[in-house]
Amino acid sequence: MSGARIIWRKSLNYVMLSLTGVAALGVVSVLFLILGYLLWNGGTSLSLDFFTKLPKPVGETGGGMANAIVGSLKLLMLAALMGLPIGLFAGVYLAEFGGKTFSFVIRYTTDLLNGVPSIVIGIFAYSLVVLPVKHFSTLAGGVALGIMVIPVTVRATEEFLRAVPGSLREGAMALGASKWKTIATVVLPAAKGGILTGMLLALARVAGETAPLLFTAFSNRFWSPGWSQPTASLPVMIYTYAIAPYDDWHRQAWAAGLVLLALVLVANLGARFLLNRGNTVRSV
Amino acid sequence: MSTSATTFDRAAPPSWGPRALLRRLRHGDEVAHLITLIFAAAILLITSMLVYELWVNSHLSRAKFGGKFFWTSVWDPIFDNFGAAPFIYGTIITSIVALVIALPLGLASAIFLSELAPRKISDTISFLIDLLAAVPSVIYGLLGIFIVVPLMRTTIGPALINTLGHAPILGSLFRGPNYGVGFFTAGIVLAIMVVPFIISVSREVLLTVPREQREAALALGATRWESTWKVVVPWARTGIMGSVFLALARALGETMAVTMVIGNDPKISASLFAPGYTIAAVIANEFTEATGDLYLSALIELGLVLFLMTFILNGVARLLIVATERGGGHAS
Repeated sequence: MSGARIIWRKSLNYVMLSLTGVAALGVVSVLFLILGYLLWNGGTSLSLDFFTKLPKPVGETGGGMANAIVGSLKLLMLAALMGLPIGLFAGVYLAEFGGKTFSFVIRYTTDLLNGVPSIVIGIFAYSLVVLPVKHFSTLAGGVALGIMVIPVTVRATEEFLRAVPGSLREGAMALGASKWKTIATVVLPAAKGGILTGMLLALARVAGETAPLLFTAFSNRFWSPGWSQPTASLPVMIYTYAIAPYDDWHRQAWAAGLVLLALVLVANLGARFLLNRGNTVRSV
Repeated sequence: MSTSATTFDRAAPPSWGPRALLRRLRHGDEVAHLITLIFAAAILLITSMLVYELWVNSHLSRAKFGGKFFWTSVWDPIFDNFGAAPFIYGTIITSIVALVIALPLGLASAIFLSELAPRKISDTISFLIDLLAAVPSVIYGLLGIFIVVPLMRTTIGPALINTLGHAPILGSLFRGPNYGVGFFTAGIVLAIMVVPFIISVSREVLLTVPREQREAALALGATRWESTWKVVVPWARTGIMGSVFLALARALGETMAVTMVIGNDPKISASLFAPGYTIAAVIANEFTEATGDLYLSALIELGLVLFLMTFILNGVARLLIVATERGGGHAS
C-alpha cells in the first residue's frame, strides 16, 4: 500500500474521531448555554416579590407568580395522588404476578401511553373532565398530568423489582411468609430507592408540561381556591408571558423559567444521588 | 402453602374463572394479586378510553369531511370549512428538518461516548445529556423566541440563503423572505430537543456491539475510525434507526417549543424560511377558542391524526431496537 494512502487514512481517522468529540461537546454545551442564559436573564428579574405576589394587571410593572407556583404544586399533588398508586401497583403486578399474554398487553399499552403526545393527553382530559362540567378546573389539569405520570412509574417499578435477587424472595418464603407478605416486607423495601427515583423523575417530567394544561387547568390571574376553578401554573405562565409583547412580562417569563428549570434539575440530580446510593447496598 | 409456592413460578399462567378465583381467595396472596391486577387493567382502560374519546369526539368532522380532511388546505372556522393539509405538511417538514440536523450530531456524539471516551467521562457526559432531555419544552420555546429567532433573522438565515440558496435543486428550500420564525427555526429547536434521545439510545445500542467485532477489524489493519464506521455502526444500524424513529415520534408530537417559533400561519410553502403551522401547535392555539361543535371536532380529529402518527412510529422504533438487541445476541 502506498504511503499517501496510509497518510490519508490516518488523517481521516483523526479528523473524524475529533469531529465526534466536537459533536458531543457541542451538545453538552447547549445544556450549559441554557443554564447560563436563564441564570443571566432570570436571575436579575428574580426577587422575593416573584414568590409572594400575584401578577399585576397589564401595564403595571412588578408583581409575581405566587399563584402559579401554588397552582403548579397543587397540580403535581393531584398528579401524584392519581398516577403514582396506579403506576406502583401495576408495576408490582408486572414484576411479581403477571402471566405472559396479559403482561405483554399491559407492557405494550404502557409504552403506547408513554408515547402519546402530551397535547393529545390534554384533549383526553378535556373530554373526560372539562366537557361534562363545562368549565376548566385544577382537577382536569391534575388528571392530565396524572395520566402522564403512570407509564414512567410502571416502568421504574417493574425494572427495579426485577433487579431484586430471587434469593431474597426465596429466603422470605422459606421462613413461611406468604407471597404478598414477601413482596410487601422484603422485595419492595429492597427496591425502594429505585422506585422512589422513578417516581421523582416522573413528577419532574410532568412538572414542566405545558401543552396538556392549556385547556384543562387553563390559567388564572388570581388565586384559585379549591379544585374546581381554573388555575395558573408555572409552565403556562412562561408560555403566556413569553409570547406577550411586554418587556416586563418577558423578564418575568425568564424568572419563571429559571425557577422551573431549577426545580426540574434539582429533582433529576436528587434522583441520581438516590439511585447511586441505593445501588451500592443490598447486592446479595 | 402449596398454592403460594406454585403461583410464585412466573411461567405458570394465572388461572381464570370465578370458581378458581374464589378457591384461591382464601390466601391473602390472591387478594394482592387481584388488587394489582385491577391497577394494571386500569392502564388498559385509560388507554382504550383515550382512543375511544378521540374517535367519538371527532365524529362530526369525520362524517362531514371524510378523506377530504387530509388533502384540502382551507382552514376557515367562520364558514366551518376545515382541511388539515397545511398542519400535516408543517408537522412532517419540521420533523424532517429536525432529524437532518439531529441525526449526524447525535450519531457522532454517540460514537464518541461509546467508542472513544473513557467510561467515566462517557457516563458523566451521558448524564448531562439526560439532563438536557429533562429540560421542559416550554423553556426550549422561551430560548427559541429570544435566541434562535433573532439569530435566524440576522445570521443563520441570510448565510443559508447566500450559500445553499444557489444550489440547483435544494435551493428552492432556502429562498424567499426570512422572517426569523418558520419551519427551519422550528426544526432547529426540535433538533436540540430530540438529540438527547438519539444519543442515549444509539449509545446503548453501540455498547451492545461485541468487542470481537472491533478487535477483528483492528487486527486486519483498519484504523479506529474505519472499524467504527465500517463494522460497529453497520452492526448497530437497526437500533440506530430505532432511535431515529423514536426521535421522530417525539418531534411530531412536540407542542410548546414549536408553537412559539413556527409563526402559526396555516400555509404550505416550499421555502423553509416561511412561517407555517403544525398539528400540535394549532390544537394548542385554537382549542380554547373553538366555538362551534364542528370546529372543536376538527381539532380533535387533528389530535387523532397526531396520535396515530406517533403510535405507528413508536411501534416501529420499538421493533427495531428489540431486533438489534436480539440480533446482536444471536450472532455473537
